[in-house]
Amino acid sequence: MDAHVEQFPPYRKADDHGHGHDDHGHEHHEPGFWGKYIFSTDHKVIGIQYGMTALCFLYFGLMLMLLMRWQIAHPGKPVPFFGPFLEWIFAHPGLPNPAAGGVISPDLYNSFGAMHGTIMVFLGIVPLAFAAFGNYVVPLMIGAPDMVFPRVNMASYQAYFLGGLVMFISFFIPGGAAQAGWTSYSPLATSIPTHGQLFWIIGMILLISSSLLGAVNFIGTIIQLRAPGMTWMRLPWFVWTQFITAFLLLLAFPPLEAAAIMQLMDNVAHTSFFLPTGLAVGGHLAHISGGGSPLLWQHLFWFLGHPEVYVLILPAMGIVCEIIANNTRKPIWGYKSLVYSVLAIGFLSMIVWAHHMYMTGMGTVISAFFQATTMIISIPSVIILTCLFMSLWGGSIRINTPMLFALAFLPMFGIGGLTGLPLGFNISDIHLHDTYYVIAHFHYVVAPGTIFGLFAGVYYWFPKITGRKMNEFWGSIHFWCSLIFMNLTFMPMFSQGMAGMLRRMADGGANYSAAVNSHAGGEVIGGLSPFIMSLHTPILWAAICLGIAQIPFIINFFWSISHGEKVGDNPWQSTTLEWQTPTPPPHGNFEHVPHVYRAPYEYSVPGHASDFTPQNEPEVSTPASPKIPTTAH
Amino acid sequence: MSESHPTTAAAAGAPETHDHPVDFNSYMRRCAIIFGCVLIAVALMIWTSYLPEDPFSWAKKVAIILVIASCNAFIVAGYLMHLLSERKMVYTILGFTVSFVIGLFALTIYAMNDFPRNTVIH
Amino acid sequence: MDIPYTVEARPDTGLYNAKVGIWLFLASEVMLFGGLFSAYILLRVGAEPGTWPHGWQNIVLGTVNTVVLALSAITTLMAWVACKVREFGKFKFFHACTLLLALTFLCIKAVEYSEHLNHYEIILTDGRIADGDMVSNDPAQDHVVIKGRVLEAKDENKLYDLRAQKDIPESEITIQRSQIAQMDNYGPWHNTYLALYFTLTGLHALHICGGSIVIGYLWGPGRKLWKKDPERFTNRVEVSGLFWHFVDLVWIFLFPVLYLT
Repeated sequence: MDAHVEQFPPYRKADDHGHGHDDHGHEHHEPGFWGKYIFSTDHKVIGIQYGMTALCFLYFGLMLMLLMRWQIAHPGKPVPFFGPFLEWIFAHPGLPNPAAGGVISPDLYNSFGAMHGTIMVFLGIVPLAFAAFGNYVVPLMIGAPDMVFPRVNMASYQAYFLGGLVMFISFFIPGGAAQAGWTSYSPLATSIPTHGQLFWIIGMILLISSSLLGAVNFIGTIIQLRAPGMTWMRLPWFVWTQFITAFLLLLAFPPLEAAAIMQLMDNVAHTSFFLPTGLAVGGHLAHISGGGSPLLWQHLFWFLGHPEVYVLILPAMGIVCEIIANNTRKPIWGYKSLVYSVLAIGFLSMIVWAHHMYMTGMGTVISAFFQATTMIISIPSVIILTCLFMSLWGGSIRINTPMLFALAFLPMFGIGGLTGLPLGFNISDIHLHDTYYVIAHFHYVVAPGTIFGLFAGVYYWFPKITGRKMNEFWGSIHFWCSLIFMNLTFMPMFSQGMAGMLRRMADGGANYSAAVNSHAGGEVIGGLSPFIMSLHTPILWAAICLGIAQIPFIINFFWSISHGEKVGDNPWQSTTLEWQTPTPPPHGNFEHVPHVYRAPYEYSVPGHASDFTPQNEPEVSTPASPKIPTTAH
Repeated sequence: MSESHPTTAAAAGAPETHDHPVDFNSYMRRCAIIFGCVLIAVALMIWTSYLPEDPFSWAKKVAIILVIASCNAFIVAGYLMHLLSERKMVYTILGFTVSFVIGLFALTIYAMNDFPRNTVIH
Repeated sequence: MDIPYTVEARPDTGLYNAKVGIWLFLASEVMLFGGLFSAYILLRVGAEPGTWPHGWQNIVLGTVNTVVLALSAITTLMAWVACKVREFGKFKFFHACTLLLALTFLCIKAVEYSEHLNHYEIILTDGRIADGDMVSNDPAQDHVVIKGRVLEAKDENKLYDLRAQKDIPESEITIQRSQIAQMDNYGPWHNTYLALYFTLTGLHALHICGGSIVIGYLWGPGRKLWKKDPERFTNRVEVSGLFWHFVDLVWIFLFPVLYLT
């Protein structure tokens, strides 16, 4: 590690040239409640706003999933306890009730399915992983006073909030929410005669705009506001993952925005961007100009859709890396490999998208191309996982709640990633496309993958935000129950998928299972044997227990804000800059511009008195008086 | 580093100005030349579009027109947006963007044209 | 601690913050219009041969718009130069020109849209097709009057190439409502080409509006910053100018692709 300090010009101070009453008002007068908590431009407040909103949406998405799993396990039966509520909330005068008698009708099931996906991905995970953690931690980690464009930051949260509101309200309009899946394929999306899809498109446009503003902010901040001495290769790997994630959002979202605008035109202005000539809806020829292409929507959607999944996983990988380095008390193994791998993933993820479209009749050449790039992109992912695994070797491993989640992330993401390989191959995907195997695969990557990373981040950075630790015992309960029930929920789905159970079936496959071929003398055709069908019930129970297992987390979270164990500024003895600030960091974060002298994971450096050396600690010629290393738990 | 407000751009520290100070009149002349080039490009494109169908199919005409439009765009981007004297960081950002746009165009169009033919047995 | 590099450039990147921000934003806009252009290419290449319209646009108006927008790009640059040499009067003049040119562009666009929406294709009960501008469509009367041409059913492809129709003279045609099988005007619903035209130029026009609002703000209420920090104001003018030039760049491709091909 070199002690070279770059000479940077002095920062302009507010009083140098008398400007800035319009945007530095906070230094002259305290903002009121509204300016401090609702319309704040401080990245930490915005990060918390994003985090709280996203956690609420995540829980709402979980509730939707539980309703769906009930319907799958008990098709046509009224939902216990929640049935009357559903019947009441979806009642519209003059329209048939989609939850009549407390039974979830297929249309309602479809809207739950579409919205569960949309809410979890766009309203839950991306805002939490990218915007919430990124906003709070990244400026602190690079030694910046705030994000580079604070007002744009506020605008991006407000756009997200509005988009979420539009999506939420869509449940309560006559006809209900969008029903065409989170992928909103045309022509179905524009053929459904209700307004739910319109609300979905408008919500998506708002959310995409929010992400674009956020992406510009993140990239600009990381490029321009790194503290003196914070070179690119001294950045904590979490910052790298956020950087690449921001680039993916910046460049991959706009084609979907273009496609959403075109689908909006199809919906409202009766154009035929995605509607082919000769389209018939409900048995009648549609009165459209035709000439459109449904495949065009798929290409434009998945051009975002694939980078989107890397947006979901990269921040969580970054969080896990930070926590593993911290709790093994040694530098991460292969920092350079991690950086180059994440760059490779970023680039490659933009040219693999059509592996979601193998069943659209693409020819062998183009399928081979996408199959090849898909296989190639698994290499940097494996490199990243290997580096994280290797970092454990020879480490002085501390077990605490963040570390439990971080450790579990590794095998869980491993399962998720490996099960993606048969889907990436054109041939095996013919059998597995649109089955429960796909659902199991991506839930393994996102649910025990990303979400575990995010839980780890919450437990890890909670002391920096509040000055108190969350309770370790209830953290362990939350962890073990979540781990067990996640696996019990999603593991059986691999079998169901391989047996041929398709996605998005409101009755859970009951009709297929009961199909009888009379010519064959009453044999059951199809692969949905009674055993496969019977797996629905344990999955339902595991899902319910998973939902219940989040309750200790919620209680722990709120209780610890005021009653948790009080800790100092750096309770985990971490080297990165966010822990070298007061708790919680004040407006402007650092009293003086921090100078960075070393790499991010200088743990257990031989010859040093303590087992960690913060990035901004200057080199000393003589060893300081030995600090007794404390063990944190 | 001087904090006084200069009358020329160079001392103000703007990195994309040239070594010689900004001269208003020379900029006006440059702009007139650029505007002239844009008008010529537009005229050429219109003229190309009216070429007879016989030797020049629509495909050929589209290709020629797009080449002229690209030259036009190069002039606007290079000189009016100062892209020719921009920094490496900006070139890096735009380089990735352009490569992904090309990927989007090329792969999507290839995918739409690569499908099994003659699959129906008459 | 203040946010650094809002005005002076960061030494290793050589850029001030807003410059990085605007180029990032423009990169995303390139992807946005790229997505729409890829849709255009796909739908055009995939269309039935001979059914893609040529010559449906008013090339005169389109050329005028192109010249107007190119001129506004020049005035935008000159406004920034004026700020750089600290001549605020010239800045006010040039950006006033920019705003007027933008308004001209939008007005011409509105005229073009209304021309399209006034152009009708009427399929008659006997299979012939009448195509022209609506002169009179009074619901109280039993006929409509258009100024255009009547084509035989077999000549339907001539609809797609207005230049090929030049041999048929235009005239005022009265059509009884009872003879009309289908009547549709040239809106975005009529044809994928028009859908692309309206969407592409509509989104472009929205960007013109947005850019005008920002430049208008800097020209008007925002000019207070000039007195406090002229360098920072100049940077804002430069950054908004970059956006404006990008909007011009998009038109440089839109015009030939939609009007000339």
